[in-house]
Amino acid sequence: MSFRIIVLAKQVPDTRNVGKDAMKADGTVNRGVLPAIFNPEDLHALEQALRIKEQRSDAEIILLTMGPPRAAEIIREALYRGADKGYLITDRKFAGSDTLATSYALSLAIKKLKPFHLVIAGRQAIDGDTAQVGPQVADKLDLPQITYTEEITKATTKEITIRRRLERGVETVSCQLPALITVHSSAASCRPRNAKLLMKFKHARTVSELQEESKDYTEMLTSKPYLQIDEWSVADIDANTEFLGLSGSPTKVKKIENVVFAAKESVVLSSDDKDIEALMKDLIDSHVIG
Amino acid sequence: MANFYTDNSSLLFHLKHPLMKKIVRLKERDYADRDSYDYAPADFEDALDSYNQVLEIVGEICGETIAPNAELVDTFGPKLVNNEVIYAPGTAQNLETLTKAGLFGMSLPREYGGLNFAMVPYVIAAELVSRADAGFANIWGLQDCAETIHEFADEETKKEFLPRFNKGETAAMDLTEPDAGSDLQAVQLKASLNEETGQWTLNGVKRFITNGDAHISLVLARSEPDTSDGRGLSLFIYDRKDNAVMVRRIENKLGIKGSPTCELVFKDAPAILIGSRRMGLIKYVMSLMNSARLGVGAQSVGIAEAAYREALKYAREREQFGKPIIQFAAVYEMLSLMRAKTDAARSLLYETTRYVDIYKAYSFIQEEKKLEAEERNEFKSHQKVADVLTPLLKLFASEYCNQIASDALQIHGGAGYMKDFPVERLFRDARITNIYEGTSQLQVVAAIRGVVNGTYLNLIRQYEAVDVKPEFEYYKQLLIGLTDRFEAVFTKLQSQKNDEIIDFHARRLVEMAGHIIMGYLILHDTHRDNQFKKSTDIFIRMAAAENKAREEFITGFEEKDLGNYKVQL
Repeated sequence: MSFRIIVLAKQVPDTRNVGKDAMKADGTVNRGVLPAIFNPEDLHALEQALRIKEQRSDAEIILLTMGPPRAAEIIREALYRGADKGYLITDRKFAGSDTLATSYALSLAIKKLKPFHLVIAGRQAIDGDTAQVGPQVADKLDLPQITYTEEITKATTKEITIRRRLERGVETVSCQLPALITVHSSAASCRPRNAKLLMKFKHARTVSELQEESKDYTEMLTSKPYLQIDEWSVADIDANTEFLGLSGSPTKVKKIENVVFAAKESVVLSSDDKDIEALMKDLIDSHVIG
Repeated sequence: MANFYTDNSSLLFHLKHPLMKKIVRLKERDYADRDSYDYAPADFEDALDSYNQVLEIVGEICGETIAPNAELVDTFGPKLVNNEVIYAPGTAQNLETLTKAGLFGMSLPREYGGLNFAMVPYVIAAELVSRADAGFANIWGLQDCAETIHEFADEETKKEFLPRFNKGETAAMDLTEPDAGSDLQAVQLKASLNEETGQWTLNGVKRFITNGDAHISLVLARSEPDTSDGRGLSLFIYDRKDNAVMVRRIENKLGIKGSPTCELVFKDAPAILIGSRRMGLIKYVMSLMNSARLGVGAQSVGIAEAAYREALKYAREREQFGKPIIQFAAVYEMLSLMRAKTDAARSLLYETTRYVDIYKAYSFIQEEKKLEAEERNEFKSHQKVADVLTPLLKLFASEYCNQIASDALQIHGGAGYMKDFPVERLFRDARITNIYEGTSQLQVVAAIRGVVNGTYLNLIRQYEAVDVKPEFEYYKQLLIGLTDRFEAVFTKLQSQKNDEIIDFHARRLVEMAGHIIMGYLILHDTHRDNQFKKSTDIFIRMAAAENKAREEFITGFEEKDLGNYKVQL
């Protein structure tokens, strides 16, 4: 039996270099102008999986992502770096899913990939910044979880040891497998794409992509089955549509505000004790210090 | 995300040259690997797409890893610890990243773990790495040694050493000795054969060896005891695993500080003979030197590109007398000339590479099957042109690289003299390019053959026969005029039947031919893509003026004037 690692990843709009068109007038993200990228912390998660694979010849890395058909791109990106296989969960019925609905769908897909040893996810995605999906998936699958992983220091078939990055310092913990871990941005950066793997997998496609390109692909899929990226719909993962999409998402956006950071009126203080004491009191009250 | 490949459209332009279709077909033997390797291309479009996408990886690593590491690598450099070279941390990171990306052994066949890339994309990669860090480019570029092993070693040796390249092992070419620099015939390092065991051992000293502590070293040594010239030299492989070479020191250099330049002491070091005895210098090292010269050409263009970009950025930002200095004629003229020289040198780089690609492919095909008469002719004619274009490229690219780096520093003014800007490092790094792998003066010695035997003129007349768009006809006529005058000057000089006079004017003659050749190349580039229009005008204008100056000097010179130049011993 292989040492199966499932890496959860998300394709996100690149919010790191936003221009003036990044937001639409209604305050939602303008996905059209932002390039779609592999969520940065998910790349760190993939690197942790690849490092285990370097140590263990029996390791098998499966990338699992949920998103629109074009999210197949990040599966290719993972294959170019050394992942063995990828699954894309895609269905119109998933549209509008919040973290609860997403973790529901992901946990069902993961169940289909049993038996596995480890699920690795990035801590959070740069579009929503919730850091909820990983822990929710662990809960739904009743798996032990370790968040904020900086480095996997040891991985056996039974147990994993991890150094976690905390706000002040680090902590080393162990837990039994199977387990779910989330990886922090202070972990090692992901390796580059490998030239040979890129040339091998650049033609990897989902069936929907192939239909889009209107090419005859049956021959290719029979002679090179590794080039097929599997797509799973709602039915494929036996999901109850009630828990998916908008109906399965209790999160409701109440209001969106454009916040413009501007320097407030400055206050001039003298150096006498009374002014300094007043300042200290203000800072403590506003939780800037203390 | 900085990407040195996608931010420079002229690289894709050269990758898409019409001749590539033929080059790739020859390199891929009509795509014979398509069913046996999952990463082999099925056809030309597939291959070109793979080149393009892999070069994007190279460009990303250059922009995101190698270039950001360059400053600290330059500052700290490699260290010598217990006779071993320890790379600067940035160098080690660069090597690890490139190894994981599978970018070693790029041109090696797939059966040895390589990517089987043609030379053109490999040289583009070399240019990119050089733009990011010219010193590091030497360590990476020494994978050229794999080509020499592939070309000349026996199958057993190839099987042992070649697959190690793609796994990230580095190489060195150990040629120079304290008393054998430009004159490699004087190499003394001793190779002795134990007749009973058949084992060769090496004893002696090598100096100025780039990456001297490499995993795999090619060593030029004297295998024939009673000889004193190049015909007594053979080429060997030394494997670092045998632990019989001591690194005595790492040189403290002006530039390319990240690249360890070592003095090596061989003490009964076991070695494997490559190919046949006595062929070391006259055949194998000559071939190795040719690819190394192509490598320096790529390195020079890479440094020039980096220097131009630094200068352009600074000239736009720096304000004096109330406006950005780029608005002053003295500055914008320098910048546009830097651009034109870089474009012209790059054209010569890839033209040379295409000739090398074609003749190398035929030389390998020849080992598998007998070439048809037509193929044989092509093989010979391309090798002949490659042999004269290579020194011309090395000469021009490295000299332009120095001029451009110097001008880039000049544009920075006093700030450029400080270590605060990358241009200071580029200026120092540039200085080696016209020295190593044969000085410019030695490139002229090789290139003058192309003047004397008419190879350059033939090539120029071939270029002349290529049609250009009507709006560029003016430049073509200018070049035809320059060619006629070059021919007249040389014919007159030759009629004097004095070799010393030819030697004396050799550089001027080679440069006249070079200006015309690059003029045509950039003109043809413009014919395909308008982005080179300005550079074409600027370069050909400069070429005309430069050739006129040389013509003036040569025609006004008489034999008796030589005496004025001779300095007493």
